[in-house]
Amino acid sequence: MGKNKTLAIIGNPNSGKTTLFNRLTGSNQHVGNWPGVTVDRKTGQVKYGGKAADMVDLPGIYSLSPYTQEEIIARSFVLSDELDGILNIVDAANLERNLYLTLQLIALGMPMVVALNFIDDCRAQGIEIDCNRLSELLGVKVVPISAKRGENMDELMGMLVGEMEAPRRQPAYLHGVGSAITRAAKVLECLPVRRASLPFYSAKLLEGDAAMKAQVELPPAAAAEVERIASGLSSHMNSEDREMIFADALYDFVEDAVRQSVTRPEDPPLTTTEKLDRIIINKWLALPIFAFLMFLMFATTFGPVGGFLKDLLEGAINGWLSPSVEGALTHVGAAPWLVGLICDGVIAGVGGVVSFLPQIVILFFFLSILEDTGYLARIAFIMDTLLRKIGLSGKSFVPMLMGFGCTTPAVMAARTMENEKDRRMTIMLTPFMSCGAKLPVYALFSAALFPDHAGAVTFSLYILGIVVAILAGFLLKKTVFRGVSAGFVLELPPYRMPTFKGTVLNMWEKAKDFITKAGTIIFLMSIIIWLLQNFTPTFQVAASSADSILGVLGTVIAPVFAPLGFGQWQASVSLLTGLVAKEAVVSTMSVLYGAGSTAALSGVLGQVFSPLAGYSFLVFTLLYMPCMSAFATIRREMGGMKWALGAAAFQTVLAYLVALLIFQAGSLFF
Amino acid sequence: MKTLNTLKPGESGIVDSITAEGAMKRHFLDMGITKGVPITMERIAPFGDPVAVRLRGYSLSLRREEARKICLR
Repeated sequence: MGKNKTLAIIGNPNSGKTTLFNRLTGSNQHVGNWPGVTVDRKTGQVKYGGKAADMVDLPGIYSLSPYTQEEIIARSFVLSDELDGILNIVDAANLERNLYLTLQLIALGMPMVVALNFIDDCRAQGIEIDCNRLSELLGVKVVPISAKRGENMDELMGMLVGEMEAPRRQPAYLHGVGSAITRAAKVLECLPVRRASLPFYSAKLLEGDAAMKAQVELPPAAAAEVERIASGLSSHMNSEDREMIFADALYDFVEDAVRQSVTRPEDPPLTTTEKLDRIIINKWLALPIFAFLMFLMFATTFGPVGGFLKDLLEGAINGWLSPSVEGALTHVGAAPWLVGLICDGVIAGVGGVVSFLPQIVILFFFLSILEDTGYLARIAFIMDTLLRKIGLSGKSFVPMLMGFGCTTPAVMAARTMENEKDRRMTIMLTPFMSCGAKLPVYALFSAALFPDHAGAVTFSLYILGIVVAILAGFLLKKTVFRGVSAGFVLELPPYRMPTFKGTVLNMWEKAKDFITKAGTIIFLMSIIIWLLQNFTPTFQVAASSADSILGVLGTVIAPVFAPLGFGQWQASVSLLTGLVAKEAVVSTMSVLYGAGSTAALSGVLGQVFSPLAGYSFLVFTLLYMPCMSAFATIRREMGGMKWALGAAAFQTVLAYLVALLIFQAGSLFF
Repeated sequence: MKTLNTLKPGESGIVDSITAEGAMKRHFLDMGITKGVPITMERIAPFGDPVAVRLRGYSLSLRREEARKICLR
């Protein structure tokens, strides 16, 4: 028994790749990172004929060009020795553009099978695809499947296994450029690369792909020979634009293959997507529909439904769990300090955070639906012009929107933006969106200090974050990111019904992340804070928390925040622990003020903070640098500590200035 | 020469050449905007930009300034 074979699923975005991956691997998944970048590397195990193989879910790409980070990752993976076979998933209803990538993959000469997904949608549109004919033309096996309903999964895996056991045929011959590719491939035989993939290297070098040139370091004589073949091709094709020659040749081949294997109805009716788009992104209706959906999303999450579930969970923790545990511990005669640690430290700390789980799950439910239906791309289409005014692009809207859920995945979502300037700016501004973890802080303070206007206060912070992002956008555009913003080429994918399984899986992953964080980081933080505030710097039991290690530390920092209205050491310490996770601000406060329940903490805060100081504290919490997890992601995504520190400093200084302005200006009136 | 951005919703043309460079040109080619492909203007976004076009059986959105770099015949 050797090592498991490694297979890769590759396909265009929106081709149903993730659904197929989930279908084939079941719950047998593992998420890691690609070396050097934060793009998720999802690996799962598939079983076939009694054996197991590792299946890698590559990011969705349109081409193996080396421009976006996704393309670079996919390209280096398919050229690596790790790969044993390719499962190319193709949207059958969008065959032409999808097969363009297929042809590039075929040039790799690897064992490969093409899965025609959404074959049912195709039939519904009256489109017939002759898979045998298509398979003959491409020179690889083609299987019609439905990833959603799990149709033909065994055939698919069986064929891929068969391909891996039998050697491959020649790659498809491209009219016009085929002979040049073959001749240049001969020259490249001197390279220490997989021989079967030489046609791919050859095509890329003839095309003038700079990244490929740098990668292979061809000996001068061979490079000159390839160049000679390329210029011969140029004069033969009567065009200097070699990229164009190759793209044309690939698309010509695809068009011909589609013509020979696909039968369309004489007079094709409008597709459902075309009909829906007439309404959903209609010139007049687009904005009202968009506004309504956003309202629905936020109102459900933070309004009655989310609020009710949150209260329910909170009630269960404070009203039942905490007293029961305290009772049980006292009953078995546990030391008072242990009861304090568990009830006031762990349960108060972790519980304060866990009660927000329902709202976070609801928010991610909506985000997942918006993405899976194809509406997110439409949002980018609708909002592009507005976002451009502050130097961003319509594509920034998606990361920004996700920022209301969690900054970490939101920063990663910016990866789809090919323009570096737009991407960096989006990453710097996303933390100003009120992430789910900031909500507990808002909810606590607004209930304590503004009992009659709690909703309005929380809402104002969401708006303030957006306003600050817009102003900061203007500022950055005029300074750090000067110059034209580029590029908004975006597919508007067909509308699709989200699958129940996919949505639940997505929500479950987010919920798991959140619970894991509460169970590990917040749990540890709660214990550490409890210890630090019960012992003095000389490790004696502290008579009061002000004498404790935390008290001393907080007292040193506190004066910095005095001008903002919150000079209490507890506030400073909470902001520090908030760097670990924003929701820790709440748990820290409940530990520091010795409040066993949210209601008790509310009462304490009402005495310690004036409403204005409390609001200033919230503004600072909203705007200052994001939590460590987000910071680490920003560092990786921005490609350097210098950028990440710059962004953090920018955010924190801005937070200080805005909070200072609000408190000092407010003091004049209140 | 007529460019893609001048089409009104519902009008069509055939791509003749691309005047974009570098990454933008590569992106156009990868998305199937090649010589001889028929392309239809579908609609214009509520704020007047970007536009949505239809080619090769799918919808693509791009800004007017990008559409200006696609010449039609």
